Amino acid sequence: MTDPLLRLEGVTKRFGATLALDGLNLEVRRGEFIALLGGSGSGKSTLLRLVAGFEAPDAGRILLEGQDLTGLPPHRRPVSMMFQSYALFPHLSVFDNVAYGLRREGVGRAEIGRRVGEVLAMVGLQGMEQRRPHQLSGGQRQRVALVRSLVKRPPLLLLDEPLGALDAGLRERTGFELRAVQRATRAAFVMVTHDQAEALALADRVAVLEAGRLAQYGPPQELYDRPATRFVAGFLGAANLLEGRVGPDGSVECAAAGCRLRLNEPPPHAPGEALTVALRPERIRFLEPGEALPSANAASGVLRDLAYRGEGWVALVTLSGGQVLRVVLPGAASPPPPGSAVALAWAAEANIPLAD
Amino acid sequence: MRRLLLLAPPWLWLLLFVAAPVLILLAIGLAEPADGVPPFLPPLGWEAGRPVWQGSGASLAVLTEDGWYALAFLRSLWVAGVSAGLCLLLAYPLALGIARARPSRRLPLLLLVLLPFWTGFLPRVGAWIGLLRDGGWVNGVLMGLGVVQEPVPLLYSDTALLIGMVHAYLPFAVLPLTAALLRLDPALEEAAADLGASPFTVFRTVTFPLSLPGAAAGFLLVFIPAAGEFVIPSLLGPPEAQLVGRVLWDEFFQNRDWPLASALAVALLLALILPIRLFQRLEARS
Repeated sequence: MTDPLLRLEGVTKRFGATLALDGLNLEVRRGEFIALLGGSGSGKSTLLRLVAGFEAPDAGRILLEGQDLTGLPPHRRPVSMMFQSYALFPHLSVFDNVAYGLRREGVGRAEIGRRVGEVLAMVGLQGMEQRRPHQLSGGQRQRVALVRSLVKRPPLLLLDEPLGALDAGLRERTGFELRAVQRATRAAFVMVTHDQAEALALADRVAVLEAGRLAQYGPPQELYDRPATRFVAGFLGAANLLEGRVGPDGSVECAAAGCRLRLNEPPPHAPGEALTVALRPERIRFLEPGEALPSANAASGVLRDLAYRGEGWVALVTLSGGQVLRVVLPGAASPPPPGSAVALAWAAEANIPLAD
Repeated sequence: MRRLLLLAPPWLWLLLFVAAPVLILLAIGLAEPADGVPPFLPPLGWEAGRPVWQGSGASLAVLTEDGWYALAFLRSLWVAGVSAGLCLLLAYPLALGIARARPSRRLPLLLLVLLPFWTGFLPRVGAWIGLLRDGGWVNGVLMGLGVVQEPVPLLYSDTALLIGMVHAYLPFAVLPLTAALLRLDPALEEAAADLGASPFTVFRTVTFPLSLPGAAAGFLLVFIPAAGEFVIPSLLGPPEAQLVGRVLWDEFFQNRDWPLASALAVALLLALILPIRLFQRLEARS
């Protein structure tokens, strides 16, 4: 593997008494699409502002292509940022907004005209050159902000909630456009988002931040299928968490759920120790009436509530041990009415042992 | 009906306290001076049961014919313009400093800008006499340091006049500028820096152009009262150079030529409407 494009080494940032980033390490490869996912206060926006140069870290280094950026002011850093509010200059036309960065580089008039035209065409904004930002729709403003930050062809683009200000109908389409632009420009994108679906859908790798630390970093499927911690399991896709104790034979006894789990792998903890297992709601199935309850990876309970969501059903099942399990069934299923006794089962590989 | 009720008070206000006084001024301006109280004949008289015109445009004509008044006008506009310009020059760094200060410090800093208003206007102007006169503090320091042998004539000069104007009107420039700079989204300046603009270029291409409406408001807030200012030129300015405010005063109270004074006042009003209109155009554009 070649050198990473961006490398954060032990980056720490404090704001007064709060620790926004706590010795964070992160690597971004050339041309990668990274999503920084976390709740508010997780430090994801701070991370972006540190890389852009708007804040200075209290400790640690930020390297771009091996060069230490830490002491450089924002205008000397070869990275670009797209702001959540877009930050379009209200007194400048669309053309002048996009040309702003090129003018600072002293690019010639003809070249500026060509390159601005090129990027505006890429996002379908030809003919809008002379409009002012306030004369554009939200989606158009978003695209102007995107190409304004890309026109200088930075190796790395930082995006702060790029879809956050758009209404729901526009988000998915704009997300696809964002990916297409990223592939066309071959720049690495680092996108901050609090929306897990957005992160999973767009990114090559997702970094989940929790209280200024990296909780997990990997491809979306890996994060979803193999969450490392309770936080990641709960943040992505609202997994069920089954608390248990490792038995002598390697199976896990869950008292609150009233079931026994057999893992597809040796459990990470020794017999007798506590272990939490994550279980995705859509990996659980209802047993047919008359079907025998398996000895492991199965539970019985009462269907407490049921909600139809179009593409599926969400069922809440109170297990015999008292714990409530969230189950997602395909839309074509015909679940029994609430109040019925139900039996559930899942495959051994659906059990994900967590580190904490 | 509801609309009418809501709009009635401001319209009534404007009618009573703006339109009516201007009309009265205009009427006096068209009257003939006369001995008596008030010292003019109303332009419309009543004779044999019907109104008769007994006014004249003589006072208005004097304004255009006598170069003295035109000169006072030009001088006043020049002094007001230079005062407003100097105020802006001083107010800009001040406003920038206040807007960039920590939020908890902004209010105390703004109060400091307004602090001079807590003492009377006259003592503040009078203090400059004590500072600037031949035996005053400034000359005392200059002579004590041996910079000059003779006292420098500072008082009763254009310099003293402008110092007094700037001192009196500076807060009027600081306040709208500070407000404009505080309204500026910090992300805009960050975006400019991110796109490769040095701090000075950020200021030149983003901060400054976006603060122009505030600067224009500050300029007008100084320019308008400064153009008609009477006290500061009388106390600090050169005695031979007349400004409109002082000419007005003299015509009203020394010469008791109310029609001429009224004509002057109306002309000053017209001269000030022009920059206000320009400002409105600027506002509408941004």
